[in-house]
Amino acid sequence: MTSHDCVIMDTAPRELTQNPLKKIWMPCRNGLPDTRISQRRVCMTNCPTLIVTVGLPARGKTYISKKLTRYLNWIGVPTKEFNVGQYRRECVKIYKSFEFFHPENEEGLKIRRQCALTALNDVRQYLRVDGGQVAVFDATNTTRERRGTITRFADQNGFKVFFVESVCEDPAVIAENIVQVKLGSPDYIDCNSEEAIDDFMKRIKCYENSYQPLDEVLDRDLSYIKIIDVGRRYLVNRVQDHIQSRIVYYLMNIHITPRAIYLCRHGESDLNVKGRIGGDSGLSSRGKEFAKCLGKFIQGQNITDLKVWTSQMKRTIQTAEAISVPYEQWKALNEIDAGVCEEMMYEEIQGHFPLEFALRDQDKYRYRYPKGESYEDLVQRLEPVIMELERQENILVICHQAVMRCLLAYFLDKSAEELPYLKCPLHTVLKLTPVAYGCKVESVCLNVEAVNTHRDKPENVDPSRMPEEALLTVPAHQ
Amino acid sequence: MAHKENKLTQNPLEKIWIPSLSSKLYQRRGSSVPQFTNSPTMIVMVGLPARGKTYISKKLTRYLNWIGVPTKVFNVGQYRRDVTQSYKSYKFFRPDNQEAMKIRKECAIAALQDVCVYFNQEQGHVAVFDATNTTTERRDVILTIASDNGYKVFFIESLCDDPEIIAENIKQVKLSSPDYEGYDAEDAVADFLKRIDCYSMTYVPLDDNDDRSLSYIKIFNVGSRYLVNRVQDHIQSRIVYYLMNIHVTPRSIYLTRHGESELNLVGRIGGDSGLSSRGNKFASALGGYMRSQCIRDLKVWTSHMKRTIQTAEALSVPYEQWKALNEIDAGVCEEMTYEEIQDRYPEEFALRDQNKYRYRYPKGESYEDLVQRLEPVIMELERQENVLVVCHQAVMRCLLAYFLDKSAAELPYLKCPLHTVLKLTPIAYGCKVECIFLNIEAVNTHRDKPVNVEVDRKPGEALHTVPDHI
Repeated sequence: MTSHDCVIMDTAPRELTQNPLKKIWMPCRNGLPDTRISQRRVCMTNCPTLIVTVGLPARGKTYISKKLTRYLNWIGVPTKEFNVGQYRRECVKIYKSFEFFHPENEEGLKIRRQCALTALNDVRQYLRVDGGQVAVFDATNTTRERRGTITRFADQNGFKVFFVESVCEDPAVIAENIVQVKLGSPDYIDCNSEEAIDDFMKRIKCYENSYQPLDEVLDRDLSYIKIIDVGRRYLVNRVQDHIQSRIVYYLMNIHITPRAIYLCRHGESDLNVKGRIGGDSGLSSRGKEFAKCLGKFIQGQNITDLKVWTSQMKRTIQTAEAISVPYEQWKALNEIDAGVCEEMMYEEIQGHFPLEFALRDQDKYRYRYPKGESYEDLVQRLEPVIMELERQENILVICHQAVMRCLLAYFLDKSAEELPYLKCPLHTVLKLTPVAYGCKVESVCLNVEAVNTHRDKPENVDPSRMPEEALLTVPAHQ
Repeated sequence: MAHKENKLTQNPLEKIWIPSLSSKLYQRRGSSVPQFTNSPTMIVMVGLPARGKTYISKKLTRYLNWIGVPTKVFNVGQYRRDVTQSYKSYKFFRPDNQEAMKIRKECAIAALQDVCVYFNQEQGHVAVFDATNTTTERRDVILTIASDNGYKVFFIESLCDDPEIIAENIKQVKLSSPDYEGYDAEDAVADFLKRIDCYSMTYVPLDDNDDRSLSYIKIFNVGSRYLVNRVQDHIQSRIVYYLMNIHVTPRSIYLTRHGESELNLVGRIGGDSGLSSRGNKFASALGGYMRSQCIRDLKVWTSHMKRTIQTAEALSVPYEQWKALNEIDAGVCEEMTYEEIQDRYPEEFALRDQNKYRYRYPKGESYEDLVQRLEPVIMELERQENVLVVCHQAVMRCLLAYFLDKSAAELPYLKCPLHTVLKLTPIAYGCKVECIFLNIEAVNTHRDKPVNVEVDRKPGEALHTVPDHI
């Protein structure tokens, strides 16, 4: 709004119509939605962002790239990583030895440079054509020359650049890194551990001489974060916008201390038994039985300094009470608000709101209950929980079906399409242990019977469907 | 292990489930900060004069209190002013002025003692120790006291070598300081610069090597660069995030409610109704007012509710919808009049009057919940420059309380009438507020706290302060 005459004024405000799926009010012209506005929680950025990792091998660049990508996708920012090492493996089918990386190996250098350029081309495709918002360019990028190439590429294409450099000289950390992710690499598939480690250390040496870390003076106009010694210290320079600020905050909260995250739902509740959703009922007798078993299970795990979190709903708190460990109640962990459908059975929802029921089946992630929430809203609500989970170590989260699906989708990198259909049965504990680049999942069923509350997506999602078609996948209940 | 069957009861005010037998097992998560912070935290400012230490101290304290972490600033300069009565000149700060050095050290110790009182007796969680703290010797004194008492310490050092920033700083907050009352502007500036020199000689910044075991953030040139070392816990992480998002670029924040709605007219709370005809007129008037402000790059934010969006539509500029800006959820009381609430839920109505900040509607929210919900909005408002926020009564009260440093007790009674824009402009250590009524009549929706808040009061007493409606 810079001058008075640059906007043509309507004499009357535009009509608003409420999008039936997400319940978002939008202006309409001639009965059709007029999408001049942005619905996203925050307009993240107008130009796409290129995140560029920097660092010697075995400094956690790929770990950071994958984790950051997973986080950004979960909060709704389309992100993809481009690992140049992967391009190299596709190009040079068989890895022979560290000699490939020798700074004087002309052939090697040529191939590596070609791979980087191919990856950048794919980045351009992703960010300009495929609707990507953030691309993570995962490579060593240890020379100023290489970083210059990338910066020029970004300028030409209108991308913002943010560097993430990982600096670490602790030999114990580097050794652990190699054991966790290098020994299992396709590069070392035919080597024994000793050979692999030996070769990899020589590989690191090949980069060391030409490594030019980001410099406080020479690179003062660049936007970057330098992570030193796995997060003991950070140097942050020129954060340009919201998304970079969120990325910095995230990177400063993650750690690699071994720990386990336990996720489970409350014990079976009285409303569960009746096939009713939502509400704030107490545990059934089987639910109480589960709570006791959960207490025994947790004791048996012999966990140091276990934190326990619940929602503010009666059923999770009753469950935690049985464990006899201090717990914290989070409102953010409350079950999805089903609005006008609270405490209804699926049969009743079909009876009273058949259109709503169909819309939900069409897009369960984005569908918002009237006067309620969507899974998409849930993710936004849960983001501070995830951030705090990252900071914590051993932790048990006692929550609810939809909430647990969201948390699980974050840890297991599930898409928005898969998320609302993840199986999170009652009386089952999921133990998540971070390992290599991902998460090991152990599912522990505590052998106490409970109703099934999982409703699969039915075949027919059309509003014109027969009630039976809608109710086909409703699990049995009293 | 013996397992006692503990019944849960729901606390009637906040609707929190607690075990009925007094159990220490639960911790209420009332704010967005974990309740398990056992040790209080001392935040220690470091830096030469005119580096923004007091600005950061006050702003950070305001933020922490708003998100529910009891925090207080201890400004050693204030202690010095209280002890020495009148400031004569920079000579007081010369390092060879023995008598003054003695006084200054005593002031620092007195302030530190008050910090201990704040933590031990007044349930404080965070104390911000605002002084130059430019020598290792002084910082060691602080670290010793903290260690003896089991307090965590987090340093915030502000470094700046840009003479323009320092000059602007002096102009904004030093010229008006009690120290320079009666001074002519040029003389004040000259004296202050000499004051800075007194410190420069002995200034030892936090050192990457020598101080590597300390927890701190170094802020360079008002935020173009940060160095963060050994963040220990959640609160320090939140503090770092906050500091990295604030800026000092001049800008204005406009807060307003939606135009008068159909439900407003009939005295009903909540809901998702559209604008009344007067509300529509306000929306047009708002458009006219905002255009007259000639703002560069104005961002406009609304909630997801029809009435704020309709209001924004009249501005004919792009706007963003935030679900977090939705009005407080009144749960079972949605779309009721106060008379109906008194009739159907007289106890709830009384509880709300007893503690309006913490009171949670059945199946709804409290102001306390609202603040937690709005924290990301505040964070983004800090990042932004010129913004117009079109929101709702309870939401606007929460945002206003943040900017104007209002307590939890005052917050739910802040006056935010319809058809009135509040223009907030940061200056010096606070916020200038301009209140612009756009001259379109609207109902009053502000209900004051009645005299009688007991559950057994008569309906008349409860409804005494309800504003008029159709």
